[in-house]
Amino acid sequence: MATEPLPLQKNAATAAEDVVPVAVSKDEGHPLVRFDKVVKRYGDHTVLDELDFTVERGEHVTLIGPSGSGKTTILRLLMTLERVSDGVIWINGEPLTHIRGQDGSLKPASEKHLRAARRKIGMVFQQFNLFPNMKVLQNITEAPVNVLGMDRDKAEARARELLELVGLSGKVDAHPSQLSGGQQQRVAIARALAMEPEILLLDEVTSALDPELVAGVLELLSDIARNTDITMLCVTHEMNFARDVSEKVLMFDAGRVVESGSPEKIFTDPSHERTREFLNAVL
Amino acid sequence: MNDFFSAFADDLPQLRSGLWVTLEATVFGALAALLLSFVLGLMSLSRLMLSRGVSRVVVEFFRGTSLYVQLFWLYYAMPQLTGYELTPVLCGVLAFGLNYGAYGAEVVRGAVNSVPRGQYEAALALNMSPLHRMRKVILPQAWVQMIPSFTNLLIQLLKATPLLWLISAADLMTAIEKLRSRTGETLTAYATLLVCYFVLAYALTLLMNLLERSAKRRLGLAAGGKSLLKSRSAVSAAQAGGAR
Repeated sequence: MATEPLPLQKNAATAAEDVVPVAVSKDEGHPLVRFDKVVKRYGDHTVLDELDFTVERGEHVTLIGPSGSGKTTILRLLMTLERVSDGVIWINGEPLTHIRGQDGSLKPASEKHLRAARRKIGMVFQQFNLFPNMKVLQNITEAPVNVLGMDRDKAEARARELLELVGLSGKVDAHPSQLSGGQQQRVAIARALAMEPEILLLDEVTSALDPELVAGVLELLSDIARNTDITMLCVTHEMNFARDVSEKVLMFDAGRVVESGSPEKIFTDPSHERTREFLNAVL
Repeated sequence: MNDFFSAFADDLPQLRSGLWVTLEATVFGALAALLLSFVLGLMSLSRLMLSRGVSRVVVEFFRGTSLYVQLFWLYYAMPQLTGYELTPVLCGVLAFGLNYGAYGAEVVRGAVNSVPRGQYEAALALNMSPLHRMRKVILPQAWVQMIPSFTNLLIQLLKATPLLWLISAADLMTAIEKLRSRTGETLTAYATLLVCYFVLAYALTLLMNLLERSAKRRLGLAAGGKSLLKSRSAVSAAQAGGAR
């Protein structure tokens, strides 16, 4: 895997100058992500129950817990694929799910607000979701060119760099259908990085992969975690990944955080019975 | 029989122009239907209830009233109502467009809905606008799904064009019908018609198969040469999607 310095920070700096005016207010007083009594219900079923937690800038956080505990829902709310039923999600001190009215009261966000807020957030999906009607290169350049307004040549040069980073330089002109699952997921990671996200959401990104392809993708993500200042939230069943990559592990059960702490603490000395049960079951 | 074919040879110019009218009605009717399919189909997917409602009503109306009746309405009733008289071929194009467009709207709606939800979500995660998502991600994938159903509708439309005879458009049916009544060769005349429509329908099928193949290739789906000759296009179950 890539051992040379990643081309990420450098480009993040240059791209920010002449691409899109992004409101990157480096407000030190606020956590980057804050869930404030967030509730998510589907009909009568409450998935998230007054959930509170924060993620600091640059942190790599892993969300663990049994299926149905609401981990993926958290990522989907952050990506604005779903709306909160109650409560507020704050990004850098600004409401993501709401807009501030004239009087300071919060109203549910408009589509316009969501588009602006989404700009800082990228996501990689369990099923990769590459666009089959575009070749690999266009999968990566489509949004930078047509959403950010980046110059096409520049976007392509950047896409090639990112493909090199994920170890797929040779697949520039391939169709997604010609790639293995692991390769597709690497392209999906490159595609998310091309949008220069501040926050990268990883939703069980290795769950759909053949076992022998998992290690490579995890190694790539470790590299990215080490070499960039992108804040990462990962939902995963790979406890090794949680241990190697993240500084903080959040254990979820029934829509609430049962326990949070460093991986060493959680994996070696969990303080909560529910965490112990879960770890015994998966490790 | 020899009578028929010598008359056939004599009438070649009329037959050629009849064939031309049939093709004209088919092609322009299909284009009108295609346009209407997309307009009504996309309206039915809108978040606005009004837009969905209008689409529903129009689709149900034109699906639920007979093509004959629509044709007679346009040709015989409309002039009395509005004072405008349309040419028979234009009436045909309009009626075919409205009727098959209503069926096509359902094809468009179904195909767009069949694109995996993950595609929409990935496009949203890349912050694409709704129009951008539809144009660059959803429709190119849905298009492949639409082609087999559109092929069926196109063939049906072609086979509905003999109705033009009823509103005295000089189509292929009309031309051969004239030959038949002049020569009295009913059997040969109608056999000739069968062959003509079959050849036309098969040619359209081949064209649509070509179109389907190129659309599939753009999605990286290989289609063998054999698939070109099949006359009944099966909807491909193996949608590319994101998953393997």
